[in-house]
Amino acid sequence: MELLQNLLGTEAGLAVWTLLKILAIVAPLMIGVAYLTLAERKVIGYMQIRIGPNRVGPKGLLQPLADGVKLLMKEIILPTKSSKGLFLVAPVLSIMPALAAWAVIPFTDTMVLANIDASLLFIMAITSMGVYGVIVAGWAGNSKYSFLGALRSSAQIVSYEISMGFALVGVLMVSGSLNLVEIVNQQGHGIGGGSVLSWNWLPLFPLFLVYLISGVAETNRAPFDVAEGESEIVAGFHVEYSGMAFAVFFLAEYANMILVSALTAIMFMGGWLSPFPASWGALGASGVIWLLAKISLVLFLFLWFRATFPRYRYDQIMRLGWKIFIPVSLVWVLVVGAWMMSPLSLWN
Amino acid sequence: MSFQAVVFYVLSLILIVAAFRVVTAKNPVHAALYLVLAFFTASGHWLLLQAEFLAIALVLVYVGAVMVLFLFVVMMLDINIEKLREGFWQHFPLAGTVALVMVAEMVLILSSPEANLAGFQAGPAVAADASNVRELGRQLYTVYLLPFEAAAVVLLVAMVAAIGITMRKRADSKYINPAEQVRVRRNDRVRMVQVQAVKPEADSASDINEQQA
Repeated sequence: MELLQNLLGTEAGLAVWTLLKILAIVAPLMIGVAYLTLAERKVIGYMQIRIGPNRVGPKGLLQPLADGVKLLMKEIILPTKSSKGLFLVAPVLSIMPALAAWAVIPFTDTMVLANIDASLLFIMAITSMGVYGVIVAGWAGNSKYSFLGALRSSAQIVSYEISMGFALVGVLMVSGSLNLVEIVNQQGHGIGGGSVLSWNWLPLFPLFLVYLISGVAETNRAPFDVAEGESEIVAGFHVEYSGMAFAVFFLAEYANMILVSALTAIMFMGGWLSPFPASWGALGASGVIWLLAKISLVLFLFLWFRATFPRYRYDQIMRLGWKIFIPVSLVWVLVVGAWMMSPLSLWN
Repeated sequence: MSFQAVVFYVLSLILIVAAFRVVTAKNPVHAALYLVLAFFTASGHWLLLQAEFLAIALVLVYVGAVMVLFLFVVMMLDINIEKLREGFWQHFPLAGTVALVMVAEMVLILSSPEANLAGFQAGPAVAADASNVRELGRQLYTVYLLPFEAAAVVLLVAMVAAIGITMRKRADSKYINPAEQVRVRRNDRVRMVQVQAVKPEADSASDINEQQA
């Protein structure tokens, strides 16, 4: 960084340094997205006693690249009577929040692009904009199927955002901060002086479940994938998109999955903290490797859900969101409030 | 010009253009999307004023929730744009007068000596690492507790009223009680019948096959 500042002057050096840091986050993220698609096909394949893609490269490892090249080569078709500007803006609107939220995600207590004070709020605000990509895509294509898909999807996203928000209220109550770094650091002390048991998933278990399941619903993943519903509305809001425009939606969906997994790992599963006691040497040391391991665990859950559960009916989705998750999270927020004020409080 | 001034003018330009397009856009969906852009840019202005909580809350509440529902409604309405624009010049004098009065009021208030805009001081400077959110919470729950609670009660009443107005029993509702669905056992739905295997006769074989299927 100092080298850059000497070369380019203080402000330009800082800008270039920040750009490099952004690149260091986005490039691995995009590779992660590509290989998440391969992992999904492989994992679901093995769960269904198939092999999955195994033709391109050793064990099928180059399959994502082949898919990417194929999508790049395809033509982007603009439907007649579509709203052309909006049609092309929609994929951008959907991937922008999925990437922008990473600006405040901490990888360790020092490795974070922007350690802002209200990072939790920032993430909630940015991710709440993802729904515009879906709505605009569904409307601009001038197609009934895509419009129906957009309505279903956005109704679902708006509903589950509420329970997700309440689950996060519980987290920020016990942390006393909106800063993600402090939320993780707070989980480092408590029961057993910072063991697995002191992480938020145990004392906030109902909120953890609500957040995890709402996260699946937010990203429109199975079993909440009525928005795509291949058998009913032939792939939902992005049915009119082809080539790279479709690929951007695809990237956004998987980037959102990784984001939700990262948030679950940070808020409830202790982020970069090690599950082992500190006396275990290298195993007990906290580090970015633990965060990546936890993110992978949650991502595996996503894939496992998809291979296991049948799709929810639409009214069941709405009932689960409004009549079960919101009351559960509201009550648990009250319980946590009372618990914190009682002498039994874990969070002093 | 400092960096912040450049950001301010760029944001202001976008805000003005977006606000103008909200009014002039032919398509109501485009107008609603321009309104979203206007909100988003306004939150950028608040960030420049270091009111990060308000800025994020504006995006979270207005962009993330209110405008989504608004767009929903606008998209599903079957609006005939030609018909909407028919009465434009007919209503223009009245609308123009109202707009003029509003502008005049704003100018009078903001330019009057009593408003004392020049003497307006920013809030007491806080340390650079002080938490904006924590300070806001402290103010809300100590100094402004009563107005805050009053606003909460008003919102609660509005919510109850909105639900009360829209909730009525519909005769054609296909509501299903999930508890009843879960309680269903196999015998309530399916009756297993033991059917003797019959050797089909040569001439009527196809009939029997159809019945069994």
